[in-house]
Amino acid sequence: MDARSTRGGKGGNTEVISLSPLAPPGVVTSDALACDVACFPTRDQYFALVESFKNDGFELCSDVCGVDYLEHMDRPLPEGVVGTRFEVVTNLLSLSKKQRVRIRVQAGDEEPEVASLFALYPGSEALERETFDMFGILFSGHPDLTRILMPEEWEGHPLRKDYGTGRVPVQFKEAPGPR
Amino acid sequence: MTEPTVRTAERVDLLTAETSEGAQELRRRRDTQTDELGRELGAVLRVNGLNIDPNSIDYERRDDETMIINMGPSHPSTHGVLRLMLELDGEFVLRTKPVIGYLHTGMEKTGEDLSYVQGGTNVTRMDYLSPVINELSYSMAVETLLGIEVPERAVWIRMMMSELNRMSSHLVWMATNGMDLGSTSMMIYGLRERELILAFFEKTAGLRMNLNYVRPGGVAADLPDGWQDDVQVICDTIYERTFEYDQLLTGQPIFRQRMIGVAPITAEEALALSVTGPLLRSTGVAWDLRRTMPYLAYDQVEFDVIVGTYGDNFDRYAIRLNEIRESIRIVRQCIDMMPRGDYRSQDPKVTPPPRARIGESMEALIHHFKLFTEGFHVPVGEVYSAVESPRGEIGCYIVSDGGPKPYRIHVRGPSFVNLQAVSLLMRGGSMSDTITVISTIDPVMGEVDR
Repeated sequence: MDARSTRGGKGGNTEVISLSPLAPPGVVTSDALACDVACFPTRDQYFALVESFKNDGFELCSDVCGVDYLEHMDRPLPEGVVGTRFEVVTNLLSLSKKQRVRIRVQAGDEEPEVASLFALYPGSEALERETFDMFGILFSGHPDLTRILMPEEWEGHPLRKDYGTGRVPVQFKEAPGPR
Repeated sequence: MTEPTVRTAERVDLLTAETSEGAQELRRRRDTQTDELGRELGAVLRVNGLNIDPNSIDYERRDDETMIINMGPSHPSTHGVLRLMLELDGEFVLRTKPVIGYLHTGMEKTGEDLSYVQGGTNVTRMDYLSPVINELSYSMAVETLLGIEVPERAVWIRMMMSELNRMSSHLVWMATNGMDLGSTSMMIYGLRERELILAFFEKTAGLRMNLNYVRPGGVAADLPDGWQDDVQVICDTIYERTFEYDQLLTGQPIFRQRMIGVAPITAEEALALSVTGPLLRSTGVAWDLRRTMPYLAYDQVEFDVIVGTYGDNFDRYAIRLNEIRESIRIVRQCIDMMPRGDYRSQDPKVTPPPRARIGESMEALIHHFKLFTEGFHVPVGEVYSAVESPRGEIGCYIVSDGGPKPYRIHVRGPSFVNLQAVSLLMRGGSMSDTITVISTIDPVMGEVDR
């Protein structure tokens, strides 16, 4: 992912401003599109990094979502970041500074798990539940990690890339048989 | 070939144990841990600095004093298929848990199978009350990845259509909110005014709803001849009628009693719950992406960001009513300042050749065919693009792997996030206020469940 300082236009909020000093030392950062900076913490650094951003004036956790990079394990990442299959992407917003940061944490391959942000941003609760529901990424410390969009007894996590679409025609609660 | 799935009860139990962490329902009081009770009373109460009041948990309350009832999923005032589980103490609500997913159709998964050209038809159906704004967020994300410039006229058309859409969305809100409070006349008035806007949408884009009008690179069609007059009539009519709503509702004693001071939320709580849009502005936080992080040409028009003071139902009502007026103000400026020129980018990568060229040029035909079968390739990258929808910040996160289809498309639905405030807002209110709370949060279930 190269620097895109030449890109821009009326259509999108495309200004790339390098604000790498935003992130504490030790965390890999890079410029990001339509966002001030993207950080690539390790799983251990993740919670502390978000906490430092929160103390730094990022009041709102605007988005948490997951990505399954099964087909692109060798995707371009900044130096020092080992890509895993699952990635959790958190977008934080600062109202006072009018800035956004994106945090991309490599969540793991087989049993993806990252820390929950619930203690910092209770508003991440539903978003993390959705990510768990769709990808099976566990959020340790989440108070109520249940399925949110799919029925409770759904098999598998639908947004995973190895989840076959149209494999099971209908899958719902056990219907009572004919009497 | 995998073995056919046998849906026996044991297998369901096994799968539940494997893939689920438990039930989504609200549990009985005696089955619930203390901290869980505290959380359900309003997640916010556990944030640092907003310490929980031990008296408000009342976990010593016996189970037989309260009653858990189910509201929805198909309750007329839940604006769709929202299911609320309410724990009641007599007439008063103690705990609330929204259970969602009844309208989940896997639109994000579908989006991975649609090319960037087709993607707009998918996102436009998420929040079906503000299709233009959904498309805008999606198109801006794709354009940012492509790095293409949108012509000036397209920018202004997009802005005008977004504001018309915001008006129509708020009018539906006025209508349904009136309906929830028993004013059936408001229901009819709101939908009547909205019809003016939808008629203009039909004239411009060919469809009343789910327009697929804003596309990567510009808009689908230029504004129709004589659009200035149409839009002027819409603005004049609706502006005049907002004062009729004032007469009908704003000063109405019953309406005021049911709205003023009901279900307040503070700015800290709203921010902690990631709430955006009118719900956040009602607490006095002047956060409107149109003003604070301007996109399109919002920095060139004059408008006010409406904020409330108390964060109660009435503030949310007043904000939406006044945002209709502000949108009219923006649309009027758009009429005056609409530039001439192209309505879509002339970049042949994203824009098909004009219809007239297809009949006479083989290359144009091939180009058109390739664009609509294969689509265009988007450079590798990922982007989150957020715009202000009538309900708050709608964000579109796209990961591109260089192909003609998004590798991952995620939409941050404002109503999905705002719905988290339900349990906090309903706490301590009476049963009848739950209706007004759902109404003033203004969830669109198509966007909540996607």
